[in-house]
Amino acid sequence: MSQESLIFDLGRSGRYARAQAPAEHADLADIPAEFRRKQRAVMPEVSELQVVRHYTRLSQKNFSIDTNFYPLGSCTMKYNPRACNSLAMLPGFLDRHPHAPDSTGQGFLGCLYNLQEMLAEVTGMKTVSLAPMAGAQGEFAGVAMIRAYHDARGDDGRTEIIVPDAAHGTNPATAVMCGYKVREIPTAADGDVDMAALQEAVGPQTAGIMLTNPSTVGVFERRIQEIATLVHEAGGLLYYDGANLNAILGKVRPGDMGFDVIHINLHKTFSTPHGGGGPGAGAIGVGERLLPHTPIPQVGEDNGQYYWRTEKDIPQTIGRLSAFGGNAGVLLRAYVYARMLGREGMTRVAEYSTLNANYLMTRLKAEGFQVWLPERRASHEFIISLKGEAKELGVTAGDFAKRLLDLGYHAPTAYFPLLVPECLLIEPTETETVDDLDGFVQAMVTIREEARHDKEFVKGAPYNMPVRRLDEVKAAKELDLKWQGEAS
Amino acid sequence: MPFIPHTDEDIRRMLAEVGVDSINSLFDEVPSDLIDPGLPGIPEGVSEMEITREMNERAASDMLGPCFLGAGAYRHHVPAAVWEITTRGEYYSAYTPYQAEASQGTLQLIYEYQSMMSGLMGMDASNASLYDGGSALAEAVLMAVRANRKSKSGRILVPDTVNPMYCDATRTIVGNQGITLETVASNAETGAVDVETLEQWEGEDIAALVIQQPNWFGRLEEAQALTDWAQRNGALVIAVVNPTAMAVLTPPGEWGENGADIACGEGQPLGIPLSSGGPYFGFMCCRKAHVRQMPGRIVGRTVDLEGRTGYTLTLQAREQHIRRNKATSNICTNQGLMVTAATIYLSLLGAEGLERVAGHCHANTRKLTERLAGIKGVSLRFDGPYFHERVVELDRPAEPVFQQLASQGILAGYPLGRHDKRLSNALLVCATETVTDADIDRFADALSHALAKAA
Ligand SMILES: Cc1ncc(COP(=O)(O)O)c(C=O)c1O
Repeated sequence: MSQESLIFDLGRSGRYARAQAPAEHADLADIPAEFRRKQRAVMPEVSELQVVRHYTRLSQKNFSIDTNFYPLGSCTMKYNPRACNSLAMLPGFLDRHPHAPDSTGQGFLGCLYNLQEMLAEVTGMKTVSLAPMAGAQGEFAGVAMIRAYHDARGDDGRTEIIVPDAAHGTNPATAVMCGYKVREIPTAADGDVDMAALQEAVGPQTAGIMLTNPSTVGVFERRIQEIATLVHEAGGLLYYDGANLNAILGKVRPGDMGFDVIHINLHKTFSTPHGGGGPGAGAIGVGERLLPHTPIPQVGEDNGQYYWRTEKDIPQTIGRLSAFGGNAGVLLRAYVYARMLGREGMTRVAEYSTLNANYLMTRLKAEGFQVWLPERRASHEFIISLKGEAKELGVTAGDFAKRLLDLGYHAPTAYFPLLVPECLLIEPTETETVDDLDGFVQAMVTIREEARHDKEFVKGAPYNMPVRRLDEVKAAKELDLKWQGEAS
Repeated sequence: MPFIPHTDEDIRRMLAEVGVDSINSLFDEVPSDLIDPGLPGIPEGVSEMEITREMNERAASDMLGPCFLGAGAYRHHVPAAVWEITTRGEYYSAYTPYQAEASQGTLQLIYEYQSMMSGLMGMDASNASLYDGGSALAEAVLMAVRANRKSKSGRILVPDTVNPMYCDATRTIVGNQGITLETVASNAETGAVDVETLEQWEGEDIAALVIQQPNWFGRLEEAQALTDWAQRNGALVIAVVNPTAMAVLTPPGEWGENGADIACGEGQPLGIPLSSGGPYFGFMCCRKAHVRQMPGRIVGRTVDLEGRTGYTLTLQAREQHIRRNKATSNICTNQGLMVTAATIYLSLLGAEGLERVAGHCHANTRKLTERLAGIKGVSLRFDGPYFHERVVELDRPAEPVFQQLASQGILAGYPLGRHDKRLSNALLVCATETVTDADIDRFADALSHALAKAA
């Protein structure tokens, strides 16, 4: 694929898309010179066709769900139904100003209210707030609520949040943002939380614990009820990181497991798009104890009229998390998806994502790849460790990942969770056909064969991408973060 | 089964391979009292045709007429090409570009975005986005406290001319980290901050001063003098700015002698539809010295094995997936698709087009407020230069008038009394380039009608 110039390099002085701006300059004389910009910003000077062609060509350099199998563990890269997008982009939704009165937004607010209700039901929580903008902000809201709960009771000796070593990086980072120390506990050899270590860690200093279930090692935490009792008896609360909810949607509910607050990545389980890095939505489900601290705004209903609940309605709220009410357009997409699935469809998500993962795991195991927890059932994802390949053939998980790109497969998540050496975390999702799963197995086998014959070949991959491996050290050392003009 | 491709034969074959007789057996590690709760509260699924009918009805019921509301979100013309391209599957359904070789499209686009945003703000560097303007201010405050090594106080000065919703979000987000936000009172006549007011903090340990330009009341702050005061006193300057306005106003990088340290704000005006408040995106730029304290993704240009230009996420040692509890922020997923739209928007308009749009926003607001000021019972509240928002004062409480005009399909501005009782009669009005003379006539007529009856 040929290199695509920067948009700046395509420009000519004085060129711009004339259909897109007023024909005349307006009179700005009443703004005193001291407030006025002296020199125009450096911007592209291109035509509309140049813009369309450039960004269309750039798009073609991306892998995406729409073009490739994308088994990125922990990220739930499943089909994003097109109807969710087109219906969320109806003019009545797009043109509505966030400060427009509730009375003029009943169509929109009704969707959000119904979504809150459905999410509360499917997770077993008392109420849901749609305010958080992504998983990490949901985590923040949840842990801030845990803090508000202890503070409201004058219980101020609780300084620690317990986090398993396998946890996603956002968990410890969030605990710190909420003013807590992080206490890490190990994962046992069977993949569950190490109960002895947990017992040791829990105490009067425990504010709460953050858990993912199924965990980030791809198995269901079997002793979850025991853990809940242990933490609750010590006066701590339980936070559920819902990144893996896809595995149990409708089959098992975090509320029934004993969690006090949860987040749901709607951009995973409810199939709103990842958009090359967002926007997401990190709806939170709230249990009885934390209800008074629910973040604002939240949609309420009164006699068939929907309205935004604010601080007046929830005086002990942790407050607002953004200027408005959350990623509304993402929530509309999730609503459309949830309605199309319905009750049975939701449960099927869990069933078929689990079937696909267990099938793929079994096939890879049969081909001689080392499954990390072979005695366990896979949830919607599982880990293989390429430690053996690294030792015997000299090719790492990272090398496999890069070569997979050449063969048309997006790489699984590599080197996460941190505790498994040379790991690939593989999540096929329920929307893939068995033929695509077989194709992936074949690709893995092919790469291992290639490595046996010529390891340098695999280590040099990818070859068929727009670029070969990139010099990341140079990127970080000789920072080049913006176009500096033609000279550069 | 919606979106699940399995045939009965597939299922049989897959179960046989796994060695179980039913899908339910795959859940045999789940404690039996937790499994299959039943979901009586969730309705049966519907077809695409049925949900389309429902959503069309809902969307139609939300349609409104002319919009004179701003207060943090602005109705601008969005070129058709912006969302046609942005919703291409290759952008729409890709993940965060961790696998650089398979994400050069998104990565180069972010690099171009960083270039445009840095240019517009007059700053050295930009990140790849935060959630929105409000949470961006919170992140800027945390960043300033980290970056200002000389300051130990965690005290941040925030004028009462900063968007109150941004202040609320910031308080929620930074509240548990020993940071205090201290309010700076603005001049009640001008609706802007007097530099003299800051003298009470002279010589004290202040980590940063926040300056919003244009401010919450639409007024232009004396950003030059305020910046110089702050930096003379060892405080960093956090600029909160409207990106459209930066086409015609002095950008943060040129404030005072040294320029602002951090610039952030709401990216929505750059090609993002209003859509009830989101998704939008927060932007953040800074000077070179602070880059390593910036939260969020950053893309750098580098070369590949063959020396060809390529793009990759860089400085990842700031981020949660590497640094965990020592990260600059917990942010992971941000607002990438919105940045895609903004980049295409800025490319289409260029500096020339954006300047024209900004100019028309200002001229329309001037036209609107001069017209409204001619109505009996309406006066202009704050004196001094403004961009595309202005405060008008009614002879009675503004909230009921706002509701009344909304019921006629006119969004008559933002009732400022919601945040400050002293401004109960005030409306913050805005007219962007999308407002026509006929819209202004309609608003003026409806308002004079509403005010004709005795208060
Ligand atoms: C296990 C886990 N927790 C939390 C997150 C954070 O979610 P988000 O990226 O939406 O902030 C992710 C996803 O990246 C995740 O995989």
